[in-house]
Amino acid sequence: MSSNAPVKQGKGTIFVRTEICKGCSFCIDFCPTHCIEFSREFNAKGYHFPVLPRPEDCTGCDLCGLYCPDFAIYGIKFKDIEKRRQAAAPEPLVPAQP
Amino acid sequence: MSGLPSLNANLEQEFGLINPVMPYLRQDRIPHIWCPGCGIGTTVNCFARALTDSGMDLDKVAIVSGIGCTGRVAGYMNLDSFHTTHGRAIPFATGLKLANPGMKVVVYSGDGDLTAIGGNHFVHAARRNMDLMIVCVNNFTYGMTGGQVAPTTPIGPTQTTMPYGNFENPFNLPFLADACGAVYVARWTVYHVKQLAKAMLDGLNKKGFVFIEAMSPCPTLYSRRNRLGDGVDQLKYYKEKSVIRNGADTKEVGIAYQGEIVVGKFVDRERPTWLDSMNSHFGSVFGDRFTPYGVTDGQE
Ligand SMILES: Cc1ncc(C[n+]2csc(CCOP(=O)(O)OP(=O)(O)O)c2C)c(N)n1
Ligand code: SF4
Ligand code: SF4
Ligand code: SF4
Ligand SMILES: [Mg+2]
Repeated sequence: MSSNAPVKQGKGTIFVRTEICKGCSFCIDFCPTHCIEFSREFNAKGYHFPVLPRPEDCTGCDLCGLYCPDFAIYGIKFKDIEKRRQAAAPEPLVPAQP
Repeated sequence: MSGLPSLNANLEQEFGLINPVMPYLRQDRIPHIWCPGCGIGTTVNCFARALTDSGMDLDKVAIVSGIGCTGRVAGYMNLDSFHTTHGRAIPFATGLKLANPGMKVVVYSGDGDLTAIGGNHFVHAARRNMDLMIVCVNNFTYGMTGGQVAPTTPIGPTQTTMPYGNFENPFNLPFLADACGAVYVARWTVYHVKQLAKAMLDGLNKKGFVFIEAMSPCPTLYSRRNRLGDGVDQLKYYKEKSVIRNGADTKEVGIAYQGEIVVGKFVDRERPTWLDSMNSHFGSVFGDRFTPYGVTDGQE
């Protein structure tokens, strides 16, 4: 199993290009599960950017990505990552549930 | 994603994951110039989603903009694009479409560009049922030039050229498009991302003059000047005050300042396009001597 594999928490995760985020809060206010929040840190332009304090609630629905006017965030479902991973290597990214 | 810090960056690189909007953008131009909380970028996500869902050959899609903050969209999209002079997106797009009848031509521009300086082109392209999809990002103002009053500004708010509040009656854009003969008319806001993406998909698949109004915040000029908060506060207003009324009479969908917003698909009908009308007319006048132009998809 890859050392970079995420621990399975929730159904999906987000990726953020923190440096191009302008801190508008669209993603945070309209995430259906309220799983993202602003970071305490600032990026180089002085904006707080989104972080995922409640990864267990993220569904990977990518609504944050559809809202983000700066193209700085997107969500992806673990099952879609898994599909890509399987195309590359055989073992499962997420251990199968008993 | 090009060396920038990213949560789970390793995972992203390892599996070649990418924000689904990125392939549609000229990525060397990102970050873009739009202000924090400006809604134009959100409409671009919806457009990218519609392009994905349409399965269209992107070599057959062109995007044309006029001047304005919204006009920048043509420069950011990784499609054949043209950034015309102010107000002239529709005439340029008309020429592009008629010279390349197999192409889907999308006009993406602001309320000022399309309905003030470009208003005459707008009404006649709709009247002729020119086969164009128009996306009008309506932020109720001239964003790029500093917040002057636009033909869409509701009565009440101040603008740089209306320091005591606007008193001019605004256009009700869906009504204007409907009255001029558009075959598809819809209005959504930047809060309604999924519906907006769906309307854009409908528009890509529809033949004839399609008009989609996307209400979008201009926090820098419209909202701040009127103490309406940030972009996200405008989205909350859209969420709170919008009612979905598909098939509504477009006469009834005018917008009062911070008032109710009727959204939905208002018009979806069939009419011969300008090219269809020309072909059938010349066919009946000249008979076999006339070869119809641009009839089969892809014929150029
Ligand atoms: C012929 C001409 N007249 C005026 C201008 C100045 N001008 C540039 S953009 C603009 C209005 C833009 O408003 P809108 O189309 O609503 O775009 P927004 O910036 O709000 O997205 C004007 C008047 C110009 N560039 N060219
Ligand atoms: S992917 Fe969906 S659930 Fe996860 S943060 Fe984004 S909007 Fe929220
Ligand atoms: S929507 Fe985009 S720009 Fe706005 S806070 Fe979220 S990541 Fe940042
Ligand atoms: S001035 Fe208004 S419309 Fe233009 S980028 Fe800024 S917020 Fe957007
Ligand atoms: Mg405008």
